[in-house]
Amino acid sequence: MKLQLNGAMIETQAEVLAGLLDEQGFTGAKIATAVNGDFVPAPARAAQPLKDGDRIEVLAPMQGG
Amino acid sequence: MLDFYGTTLANGFMLGTAQYPSPAILADAFRRSQASVATVSLRRESGQDRAGQDFWQMIRALDVHILPNTAGCHSVKEAVTTAHMAREVFDTKWIKLEVIGEEDTLQPDVFGLVEAARILTEDGFQVFPYTTEDLVVADRLLHAGCEVLMPWGAPIGSGLGLNNLFGLRAMRAHFPDVPLVIDAGLGLPSQAAQAMELGFDAVLLNTAVAKAGDPAAMAEAFAIAIRAGQLAATADPMEPRDMAAPSTPVIGKAFLL
Repeated sequence: MKLQLNGAMIETQAEVLAGLLDEQGFTGAKIATAVNGDFVPAPARAAQPLKDGDRIEVLAPMQGG
Repeated sequence: MLDFYGTTLANGFMLGTAQYPSPAILADAFRRSQASVATVSLRRESGQDRAGQDFWQMIRALDVHILPNTAGCHSVKEAVTTAHMAREVFDTKWIKLEVIGEEDTLQPDVFGLVEAARILTEDGFQVFPYTTEDLVVADRLLHAGCEVLMPWGAPIGSGLGLNNLFGLRAMRAHFPDVPLVIDAGLGLPSQAAQAMELGFDAVLLNTAVAKAGDPAAMAEAFAIAIRAGQLAATADPMEPRDMAAPSTPVIGKAFLL
């Protein structure tokens, strides 16, 4: 299926969010996730289904004021 | 002693982590600032370079309290969702709540701010709201559950200092027991000293240090100024007056005409 990861269209085989994160190189990373604008806590990623056109945000610590 | 939501801080210097020329200079600036709090943010991570992971390791090594922000959020929904994501990543209840209402001045949308503060407080967050010096908004924020208020000195990144001395002085007088932090707009150490002399509990700044020619030296300059202003505030400053008053005793002066 096709979906948006941090604003870029990608093709994935993953069916749940946790699988997508592993597939895209985020294994073990300190990140927070949202699907279609809603926060998905880390423990819920394995059960979070993905569907065509979903918007996934993967955020990490960054400089801030 | 400075206390935010039951956490005691060594001093009233809160320093941002953005815009430094390099990570090494950022770390050096923090060392010389002796700041007790570092503000941080969340941004999109790439699975290839994983830049956020290195940044996080460096921030942890600073051994300071972490205050994540919701910078760039323009709606209650965005700010609340970002706060939840920050709580998970940074493992802290603290959130510097920004709901921006206007692009040119980056002033807060105070209506959205109060609403977001109420939602987050009810969800267990300890909210540090970036607000204006408006007393009514301040009161609403306190009723929403905030135990700290962070009025702006001037627009973010402007370096203009304390734009509304009357308003800030009134705020200090109106809420004598609430920890108050000047957040944003400071450009020089003298402005930070002035904020502390007014009785504010802390200052939060970023650009003034990060964009200085020598950020580490400027960080230390701010640290000295904040300490000076805080000490002066506790030393009960004299009342200003319009007319001169001789400081050298007049009695005993020789008659030499």
